[in-house]
Amino acid sequence: MRKIQLFFCVAILFVSCKEEGRKDLVKTDSIPSYNYAELAPLLSKNDGKTYVINFWATWCAPCVKELPAFEKLLDRYKGENVKVLLVSLDFPSQIESKLIPFIKKNQLKSQVVLMNDPDQDSWIPKISKNWSGAIPATLIYNSKKRVFYERSFEYAELENELQKFLN
Amino acid sequence: MKTIKTILLVSVFALITAFTLTPVEGYKVGDIATDFKLENVDGKMVSLSDYTEAKGFVVIFTCNTCPYSVVYEDRIIALDKKYKSKGYPVIAINPNDPKASNGDSLADMKIRASEKGFTFPYLFDKGQKIYPQYGATRTPHVYILKKENNKLHVAYIGAIDNNSRNPNSVTKRYVEDAIDALLLGKKPEKNTSRAIGCSIKSL
Repeated sequence: MRKIQLFFCVAILFVSCKEEGRKDLVKTDSIPSYNYAELAPLLSKNDGKTYVINFWATWCAPCVKELPAFEKLLDRYKGENVKVLLVSLDFPSQIESKLIPFIKKNQLKSQVVLMNDPDQDSWIPKISKNWSGAIPATLIYNSKKRVFYERSFEYAELENELQKFLN
Repeated sequence: MKTIKTILLVSVFALITAFTLTPVEGYKVGDIATDFKLENVDGKMVSLSDYTEAKGFVVIFTCNTCPYSVVYEDRIIALDKKYKSKGYPVIAINPNDPKASNGDSLADMKIRASEKGFTFPYLFDKGQKIYPQYGATRTPHVYILKKENNKLHVAYIGAIDNNSRNPNSVTKRYVEDAIDALLLGKKPEKNTSRAIGCSIKSL
């Protein structure tokens, strides 16, 4: 009896993290600054690509540590319809002094946007009901599948997760 | 058989709700929180049971190194000053492993506490035993506890207010509103909230 219950719960856990999405495009020369309404379309495109969205900040040490994994992923999977978007949660007052110099110094290839929306309690649960707000955090989605990870990644683990979206 | 089915369905439903509404393991509002015995920056050990007069506590997991913790320091001091005399003192706990977070050792905490003139205990979660029981995931992360029949009931979990970056732009004071409600014998209208913060550092 116990086993059946457990099986059900585990099965439901795996199935329960899904949602679907759609639309929009964005171009960047500098760093676009978005509120949630502006960011949302980038988190729900339905164009056959798989999107890896990383929430980070230059002040977040584990975020900075895992960035090379996302850059490497972008490089290795660029031929396979995979896009990487780095959503910075840097303080808006530190864009010129911290964020832009960081991007230049590290020669980041991934697209970077600034999430500049102070009402965090309203938008964090919209990105994922499972997100407490801690960073680093990552969302991977395509038209079929959507998973949110409140954790940091090594490259191998990240690639392993991405593979689940490509097969 | 029918009853077994019903039990099964009910328990599956309960578990689904539990899992989907609770982002991480740890306390939910309404749960009973554990007490602890942790070292303070003054070298003394502190437990919530030491505060026999308190009506409750504002337990805040916070640290030296997270910019979001730093921007809230003055507001945390203000909370303690406002609510300690009303029976809800602030108890700050640093959950980070200093081996994984340079600048978060007890020695560093002592320096920060004296620089800022913390009016509340700033405790070190040695061995990281306490924060996982609470389910804290980030700094700062607030748990308001209400003492009732000598038990600590979790009354609020979340952020301090709705604008971390700019205290002058705050329009909702979640923690103050929650304590004000508790002091009137009411339940807080908003008992959870989320905010961006630094993940808790472990090796």
